[in-house]
Amino acid sequence: MSEHDGGGQDRRGFLKCMAWAGTGALWTVSGGLASSISLDQALAATNPAKGFTFLQISDSHVGFAKPANPDARATYREAVGKIIAMPVKPDFIIHTGDISQLSRDQEFDDADQIIKQAGLEVFHVPGEHDMLDDENGKAYLARYGKGSRGAGWYSFDHHGVHFVALINVVNLKAGGMGNLGADQLKWLQKDLAGRSSSTPIVVFAHIPLWTVYADWGWGTEDATQALGYLKRFGSVTVLNGHIHQITQKVEGNIAFHTARSTAFPQPVGGTAPSPGPLKAPDGQLRSMLGVTTATFVRGREPIALIDATLAS
Amino acid sequence: MSKHRFPTLVVALALGAGALAAVAVAVVQTPAFAATPASAGPTIKIDNFTFGPATVTVGVGTTVTWVNNDDIPHTVVATDRAFKSRVMDTDEKFSFTFTRPGEYTYFCSLHPHMVGKVVVKAA
Repeated sequence: MSEHDGGGQDRRGFLKCMAWAGTGALWTVSGGLASSISLDQALAATNPAKGFTFLQISDSHVGFAKPANPDARATYREAVGKIIAMPVKPDFIIHTGDISQLSRDQEFDDADQIIKQAGLEVFHVPGEHDMLDDENGKAYLARYGKGSRGAGWYSFDHHGVHFVALINVVNLKAGGMGNLGADQLKWLQKDLAGRSSSTPIVVFAHIPLWTVYADWGWGTEDATQALGYLKRFGSVTVLNGHIHQITQKVEGNIAFHTARSTAFPQPVGGTAPSPGPLKAPDGQLRSMLGVTTATFVRGREPIALIDATLAS
Repeated sequence: MSKHRFPTLVVALALGAGALAAVAVAVVQTPAFAATPASAGPTIKIDNFTFGPATVTVGVGTTVTWVNNDDIPHTVVATDRAFKSRVMDTDEKFSFTFTRPGEYTYFCSLHPHMVGKVVVKAA
């Protein structure tokens, strides 16, 4: 572990840092992809003694009931059940969007009831599926937008870490991908302006803030500008959902990561005619769904991420 | 959204497309206009996050219908907002009657890389 202290923030350093996350076997990186392990293993290894943990849950799609997963409520409940069983409770949960399938009140109600069982504070950002009410997202804002600006963006601090919630599913342009928009970018610039470069930053949004696969719209048009504001910080962790699979990339001091869904998997970009629900082989669905635990230890940035599946 | 709502939606959207066009329709058509459009046009299928065919050419007064065959909801939104569907879940449809000539580009507001075009020729 000492090799990390005073170490650089290059890719090699980042990967080395990852190894301390748990017992060494938890988060192995091969070809840029993390291996998955059972949540029970992950939970047993999480040691927040010198910092804190929080949990990322994503793409619950409550209301989805198609062949790829006949009951997305059930798998969401299972994911929350795993959180409840954690020996060390995370400080809070972030949900990176697509809470619901069709933005229906009943879907939001059910999603809220399910996650409430975890007994933890939940920070939301919307996915495009949460913007489908007749007034383009007003239902989401009424429910989750308290204290937020614009389309629902906000920031908060927790034990010295600055968290920024960005919205990139509003006012999407024909032919484009995700979009932050000028107002939000302006707000972000101001939000970050007064902060010391040593402040660890966690940014979360639904659609990836880097281009994972442009042909399927898996990226954010104007993310470059946002990332420009983040460049000067020593530790930036970007957490996204939307694509229902783990991808990751390190660029300078910025570590990008996408989480699994709790509802259904999607194909790897470009390996199928289109994105969309992927029917897992019989009995394999739960090994393709999961949550992400993030562990922050002061002085040991970057934040360590552990992806765990629902199969255990 | 239930399928039986769509005729109402057609009327509402046709009205929204422009007061002049709406008045013309109201004069010429009986109240049954929405259920039995003067000229039923092509159906554009949404399969695998793609509008097919991507471009259709129709005459003025034609009703174009979109149907979502995907397991994921989609929308149909004109780039200039001349028409806009509600969300269409699997097997749901949306129709719009084009009362003015022109080129209408449209996209899915959930998945904006999905784009298509309706070319409307004067009668």
